[in-house]
Amino acid sequence: MIFDIILIACIVAAACSMPGVFLVLRRLSLQSDAISHSVLFGIVISFFLVKNFHSPLLMIGAAATGVLTVMLSEVLLKTKLVKEDASIGLVFPALFSIGVILISKYAGDIHLDTDAVLTGEIALAPFDRFVVRGVDLGPRSAWSMGLIAGVNFLFLLGFFKELKLSTFDAGLAASLGFRPHLLHYGLMIMVSITAVGAFDSVGSILVVALMIVPAATAYLLTDSLAVMIALSIGVGVVSAATGVIVAFSLDTSISGTMAVVCGLFFAVALFFSPRYGMVSKMIVARDRKWVFACYTLGVHLLHHEGTPEEEQESHVRHLQDDLKWAPKYAKKVVASGIRNGLLLKTGNHLRLTPLGKETVRSLMNRG
Amino acid sequence: MIDFDYTLTTVVLGGALVGLLSGVFGVYALLRKQSLLGDTIAHAALPGIALVFLILRVKHPLALTLGAMVAGWLGTMTIPAVVNRSRIKPDTIMAVVLAVFFGLGLTLLSVIQKLPTANQAGLTKFLYGNASTMLRQDVHVMAAFTIISVCAVLLFWKEFKIATFDADYARSLGLPVRWLDMVLLSLIVVAITVGLQTVGVVLMSAMLVAPAAAARQWTNRMEIMALLSALFGMGASISGALLSSSITNLPTGPSTVCIITLFFLISILFAPNRGLLWQWIRRRSRHGEITQARLLEELYWLEQNHEPRSHYHEVRSLQAVNHERIDRYLDTLVRQGWIERSGAGGIRLTSVGLRQVETTHAEMEGKELL
Repeated sequence: MIFDIILIACIVAAACSMPGVFLVLRRLSLQSDAISHSVLFGIVISFFLVKNFHSPLLMIGAAATGVLTVMLSEVLLKTKLVKEDASIGLVFPALFSIGVILISKYAGDIHLDTDAVLTGEIALAPFDRFVVRGVDLGPRSAWSMGLIAGVNFLFLLGFFKELKLSTFDAGLAASLGFRPHLLHYGLMIMVSITAVGAFDSVGSILVVALMIVPAATAYLLTDSLAVMIALSIGVGVVSAATGVIVAFSLDTSISGTMAVVCGLFFAVALFFSPRYGMVSKMIVARDRKWVFACYTLGVHLLHHEGTPEEEQESHVRHLQDDLKWAPKYAKKVVASGIRNGLLLKTGNHLRLTPLGKETVRSLMNRG
Repeated sequence: MIDFDYTLTTVVLGGALVGLLSGVFGVYALLRKQSLLGDTIAHAALPGIALVFLILRVKHPLALTLGAMVAGWLGTMTIPAVVNRSRIKPDTIMAVVLAVFFGLGLTLLSVIQKLPTANQAGLTKFLYGNASTMLRQDVHVMAAFTIISVCAVLLFWKEFKIATFDADYARSLGLPVRWLDMVLLSLIVVAITVGLQTVGVVLMSAMLVAPAAAARQWTNRMEIMALLSALFGMGASISGALLSSSITNLPTGPSTVCIITLFFLISILFAPNRGLLWQWIRRRSRHGEITQARLLEELYWLEQNHEPRSHYHEVRSLQAVNHERIDRYLDTLVRQGWIERSGAGGIRLTSVGLRQVETTHAEMEGKELL
């Protein structure tokens, strides 16, 4: 059974990662929070209409609610009475609240409880089998999420160029005759459908985890859109699988643990990403500080080279008076200059090596 | 329900405190365009609550609230720390903190639920809020935090206000803006965590946004806005709490949010000056004024360009220019005595109307508009 759960979790993660990438790039990450909450309203209302949790109408209803959320926020924004952040923050809690109230009042009719709305019931998903003519084809949610993942993938494939352009340069996209607004709604429909599909298994808030966190991790690792999508799917699937295994061995909430594992991967990327990680940035910044100090010293030495004051100006102790460097700092700079082959130290006097001279000259010419 | 009066007063008091705090601090969140921060803080608080319970194994109100505050504060401080040091954008890190902290909270809750002690029941009330299980001790804790926060706001009112509206100006005055921001953010964390018990983690953010957004519509003064926002917040959370304690199976958080959303809708529709109804009325009356001026102008033009002067013109010749029904506006002009109608349906300027047009022209020339 654990394999079925891992399978479902991986498919959900893959389906969520795809729209997630664009939400992160378009700075709409919090829309995933808004939509994943408000689809509950759509699910409940559509359920009252069709009385069946597996009806495709539920998907349509939920997708419509997702679009409704975005539209209502835009309407509020257009009145100019509230700012963008508030317009989002006002709509989804209201819709979600109505959804929760309906569930709690008609709990007997709806087989959903208000806690499951938040956490999902992925542990129960494998029991709901997809059986065709007596043949068990596996868990139903694996199939439905697989379908959603496929649709997402086709959408990305079909509109890759358009999505890319409108994400990075909406103005250009509009002027070239693409319809960024239409694409925006397409993306929001994609987010809504994915959120509804994932709702059963991971609940509304962890949809946010699977959409945004792997995409944010991928964003720290690459500058290429295609690579980012691939990485984000990869990170999502690995976190989901790891999350399920950890949850089983510790006997904890599966969806909660998946979110925590996603967060751990994100933290690792945040600190140790080769180019954008905090640690590598710190190392680069630290190196740059010494390199800059070396250059300053080099310019100073070159400036006085061959002049009568050279004897005095190139003295090690002079750095404290002239450049106002603390003795310790000056010593470190000199050491780093010697290490990098820019300086020579004879007695207490400093001299530029040929390499040092060349470096400093090219620096001066650049300006 | 042991004692109805006891529960009732507890619920009303608790609701009032939550509404007051979230109303006042929501004003800052709204004006600083940080409304969505509340969502992150509230969700981030959950692991704090769970962890404190896991350590103490009892539901100590002060300890739980402090745990929530520490976790919410850590989550909040993560946002600028990450944004300033990496390429991650604010919206992304807010979503990441929200989801990951909440996930951790759910994981810890699932551990708690498997503990042998039966004491854990009721921790899930932090998800959707439950006013009716509130005890007097809870209210005491809430009151203590409310008093501290409100005193802080009153003490630093001017400083917070300047830092909110014009940080550069505040800096030029020598105010420690970074420190003020930090204190204010911490107070917002306090306001949110105090409300978690009644409104719940999931919907607490609405209590920060909606009262302030509603209050904003009625006034342009921050003092009045904060007062109104506190009143709206109190009204909504008291009535939400009362509703959910009197109707079974009605969670407090969602009902409070529905009520406060209603307050907001009423405000954007009917608030004087800013409200949509007022906007509509104003636009209509301005539209009428402009159309009337245009009609006068047209009649004047016809009069200047047709011999003999002051004969009647057909209304139709005007309608060709103003693609709409203009009878209403013509009637107004007749009532004002600026134009007159002939029996055959023609119209012309009266001498008063003529003078009116010429005064307008003179005024416009004075302002160099013509």
